Amino acid sequence: MSQRQVLQVFEQYQKARTQFVQMVAELATRPQNIETLQNAGVMSLLRTLLLDVVPTIQQTAALALGRLANYNDDLAEAVVKCDILPQLVYSLAEQNRFYKKAAAFVLRAVGKHSPQLAQAIVDCGALDTLVICLEDFDPGVKEAAAWALRYIARHNAELSQAVVDAGAVPLLVLCIQEPEIALKRIAASALSDIAKHSPELAQTVVDAGAVAHLAQMILNPDAKLKHQILSALSQVSKHSVDLAEMVVEAEIFPVVLTCLKDKDEYVKKNASTLIREIAKHTPELSQLVVNAGGVAAVIDCIGSCKGNTRLPGIMMLGYVAAHSENLAMAVIISKGVPQLSVCLSEEPEDHIKAAAAWALGQIGRHTPEHARAVAVTNTLPVLLSLYMSTESSEDLQVKTGVQWHNQLIEALNSWAQVILLP
Amino acid sequence: MATLARLQARSSTVGNQYYFRNSVVDPFRKKENDAAVKIQSWFRGCQVRAYIRHLNRIVTIIQKWWRSFLGRKQYQLTVQVAYYTMMMNLYNAMAVRIQRRWRGYRVRKYLFNYYYLKEYLKVVSETNDAIRKALEEFAEMKEREEKKANLEREEKKRDYQARKMHYLLSTKQIPGIYNSPFRKEPDPWELQLQKAKPLTHRRPKVKQKDSTSLTDWLACTSTRSFPRSEILPPINRKQCQGPFRDITEVLEQRYRPLEPTLRVAEPIDELKLAREELRREEWLQNVNDNMFLPFSSYHKNEKYIPSMHLSSKYGPVSYKEQFRSENPKKWICNKDFQTVLPSFELFSKYGKLYSKAGQIV
Repeated sequence: MSQRQVLQVFEQYQKARTQFVQMVAELATRPQNIETLQNAGVMSLLRTLLLDVVPTIQQTAALALGRLANYNDDLAEAVVKCDILPQLVYSLAEQNRFYKKAAAFVLRAVGKHSPQLAQAIVDCGALDTLVICLEDFDPGVKEAAAWALRYIARHNAELSQAVVDAGAVPLLVLCIQEPEIALKRIAASALSDIAKHSPELAQTVVDAGAVAHLAQMILNPDAKLKHQILSALSQVSKHSVDLAEMVVEAEIFPVVLTCLKDKDEYVKKNASTLIREIAKHTPELSQLVVNAGGVAAVIDCIGSCKGNTRLPGIMMLGYVAAHSENLAMAVIISKGVPQLSVCLSEEPEDHIKAAAAWALGQIGRHTPEHARAVAVTNTLPVLLSLYMSTESSEDLQVKTGVQWHNQLIEALNSWAQVILLP
Repeated sequence: MATLARLQARSSTVGNQYYFRNSVVDPFRKKENDAAVKIQSWFRGCQVRAYIRHLNRIVTIIQKWWRSFLGRKQYQLTVQVAYYTMMMNLYNAMAVRIQRRWRGYRVRKYLFNYYYLKEYLKVVSETNDAIRKALEEFAEMKEREEKKANLEREEKKRDYQARKMHYLLSTKQIPGIYNSPFRKEPDPWELQLQKAKPLTHRRPKVKQKDSTSLTDWLACTSTRSFPRSEILPPINRKQCQGPFRDITEVLEQRYRPLEPTLRVAEPIDELKLAREELRREEWLQNVNDNMFLPFSSYHKNEKYIPSMHLSSKYGPVSYKEQFRSENPKKWICNKDFQTVLPSFELFSKYGKLYSKAGQIV
């Protein structure tokens, strides 16, 4: 009988622990409670509860820790300082999938704030366990692990290199092929964050065969997934001509042009960024884009957007026109110049105006014909007024001044020819 | 001597006189000399001049001839040079003509083919138009799809609402809230409610355990696997001797399907299955799935008080514990033994033996 009483005491204690950890996890969802929790010293308590016997308590403690660390970087640093990470990493390898999800959530919450914290995570050997989690059967675990890797790789090139060295890239490519949309999204964004730092990393991503799969998934109707895929492809293609050519060989044209008509603003922005990164390298690539009708699609897209979403499209027109006069003429006949002058006069932001002025300059600088085509749309007075206005930034003034000067010379050239000829 | 003296006396004047007489003559002499010199010089001069003139004339002739010779030589050279220049100019002009034509052709054809550029720009603008049209169609299609999806969602929502509000339907005695007698015609919701099926809570789906029947692993006796032709394919050999049995009988015997015993044919938990089936049949006759619940919630918090036999000071004792002592440490798995009642084989071989013992003749 005393045995029963003794057991009851233990049961009570377990119930109390469960309740405590569940309440803490719930309180941690609201930002106003977190300060109080922090002052009450919740970190050390949760740390001991992580080592609990009961799996549910462990999982809930990990979840609570993750939510706390997610809130701001002081708490994340506190997590690192309390030596919680090695324990998490060690138990990640052994436990069930709920615990793995919660632990990966903690790692992600810690790693997202700053490069030093991410370095701390890498130093305690979390990358290998995260990569092992990527091989798990449960898609939720894979998603959590991929998210953690993404936040680690996001900060700088060394951390991305560490992630790649742990062998994450082929597994991420496998994750992309899984049927769950959330997992695809996270894997695509992870590849995008890995590839954006340097050409070697982008080459690694391409060598793992990611480009073909990414290109196939452009047709997927989910908007967030498209957004991540387009961002991944643009990060890969921005580094060098070979990478851009490889992306083009995956037959993204003309499918990418349909993304320019999507309802979601970010999808349009990323699609025009991708086309810009491809077109900026060589005249041949620009010609490819023009032949596929990309210029018209981008011009329509510029017309339908407002604000920062227009910027990649404007820059793309500038890059295409800068390569050669035939391409500039192609931009002119696609009715690009009226659209650009509309952007120039409408947009309130300075950097967009500067970009539009630069693009107009690139179009008009080749021959007097081009200059005439630009001048006909009455952009010169606008450029002049921008140059003279005291409110525009220095960059804008410089760009508009240069373009105005060029345009004026060319326009005068063309008009002189017209007058003198007869 | 006198003369000497006279001479000596005059000697002093001799000198003077000599000097004066000479000097008187001097100017004349000088004059005459001068005149003679003048004449002579003049004459010499004339002579020399004549000579020089003569010489000049000769020299002029020589020089004339020499210069003309030189001139002709020079002229020849000049003519040659001029000819050469003229020929070269001609050649240059012709070469320029050829080069001009060629350069024009080359630039127009290879470097900057104006018509090709025009074609190209036309093609580009056509592609642009095509792409624009295609994209517009695509956008329109997406719009239509979205609208359709929205409409469908609305429909579903309305349907679900109608199903939930089904009890607001008007009866014969009492008009419902959507069918007020003061209205000319009922509200459209009324018709919706009439069409809707009453919503019942989802009952837990009865999982159909897929029963593996014996015929599944007896599939190898299908017609595909054994040839069941009545007549065997002819073999060219000499006929076997002797009376033969009827071929159909032989085949029946050879390809007899498996006739499992009762023990094998029926599943070992058939009692449980039979119970479930009975339960299912009874459930068919139920009007309502929910158990009868008391109306008030007074009884919800009441704890069940078990009977004395089943309860002890330390909580209810499970029925099994009264009979058997259990040692959970020795359990291999946490499932209990299955109560299996084997079937007996009294009649398994009835009618399947070759002997005709016991059959009614």
